[in-house]
Amino acid sequence: MRCPRCDKELWRHKPDSFNRTFALTVAALVLYIIANAVPMLGLHAAGRSAFTTVVGGAHQLWLDGQQIVSVLVLFAAVISPALQISFLFLILLGCRRARPPFWVGMLLRHVEFTRTWSMIEVMLLGVLVALTKIADYATVIPGTALFALFALVALLAAMQSSFDPREVWLRVEWAEEKHRRPAEAKPTSEVTP
Amino acid sequence: MSAQTPTAMEQGLQTCHGCGLLSRPEPGVEEGRCPRCDEPLEFRKARSLERTLAYLIAAAVCYIPANLLPVLTTTTAGGSESDTIMQGVVLLWSPTGWPLSIIVLFASIMIPSAKILALIYLVITVKRGSIKNNAQRVRLYRMVEIIGRWSMVDVFVDTFTVSLIQLQPLMSVEPGPGLLFFAAVVVLTMLAVESFDPRLIWDSGDAAEEKEVKREVQHA
Repeated sequence: MRCPRCDKELWRHKPDSFNRTFALTVAALVLYIIANAVPMLGLHAAGRSAFTTVVGGAHQLWLDGQQIVSVLVLFAAVISPALQISFLFLILLGCRRARPPFWVGMLLRHVEFTRTWSMIEVMLLGVLVALTKIADYATVIPGTALFALFALVALLAAMQSSFDPREVWLRVEWAEEKHRRPAEAKPTSEVTP
Repeated sequence: MSAQTPTAMEQGLQTCHGCGLLSRPEPGVEEGRCPRCDEPLEFRKARSLERTLAYLIAAAVCYIPANLLPVLTTTTAGGSESDTIMQGVVLLWSPTGWPLSIIVLFASIMIPSAKILALIYLVITVKRGSIKNNAQRVRLYRMVEIIGRWSMVDVFVDTFTVSLIQLQPLMSVEPGPGLLFFAAVVVLTMLAVESFDPRLIWDSGDAAEEKEVKREVQHA
């Protein structure tokens, strides 16, 4: 189905969204931790070697007097992806309950923001270009984190495309008091002796 | 008979940007909060054109030093050398590296300027109440929205070049003053995209839609 006015695809029900997205989110969480804990790039030149991680790159910019850009890099490559993954993780965890709590809605409202600013795929292209540049002067050693990041980009895309926010919105507790569903009566089997 | 499709705004309905819920504001209250997710509601993004234009002007101003000032300074035993973004593209050009060179040329030079021009075009046409090419204009907006983030590539390239090449006293690379301006262009244009409300494109009407409706009426 497409919008008759602007021809954009309309909402479609996504099959088994909660379970699939949850599985992908857990995998992304693990890969994210690996990607930030181990070295991403190494360099070998004139008998010396240097290694760096994503955070290490931002740190070096900070030391060189580019604090603002350093914070931006940290935000786009480390903080936003972390928020993106953990928000989805918590939302889906909350949805395991019969009536998801109010904070699920609060997080879901900000998922779009974390998506906009999470730029791991852009960073990887940047790393690729940097590698090509540096290859002229030194031997470059790709680290484990680099492969983890490649896998993470694929996982994040799969995670976002299998996630169906409307399913969550249909179940979430409303913010406005009067719209909240009354506390459900206990099943009769428990009340009657 | 009006040739216009009814819009939610005309019906007094507001769409929530947070959760997509369509709701009617309480009587007497002009624009409230979403009853489901508590996001502040508005019929159209507040002062969308003014804010978009402000971000665009700021981005255009930063665009000049971003391209004229060096983004990287390489220091070797033989002295030091500074490169602007364009010089970086030229340096990358080699028999094996040319595809990446073209990518960087697009991401760092063409996309930011195309983005600024495209958004200025959208702001001007909306301001003038244009009713032509609405579908194409919203497609342009979406393209700008999707492609925009890739301009950050150069910031990441410079980050990792700087952090890896620290082989003092043989060779070291430091970020230059242009980097801050370039990052500012990327962020400001992204904020400009976010402030623009694509629904404004349809608020003055749509030539193509009117034609369609007239045709249907004639057939009936």
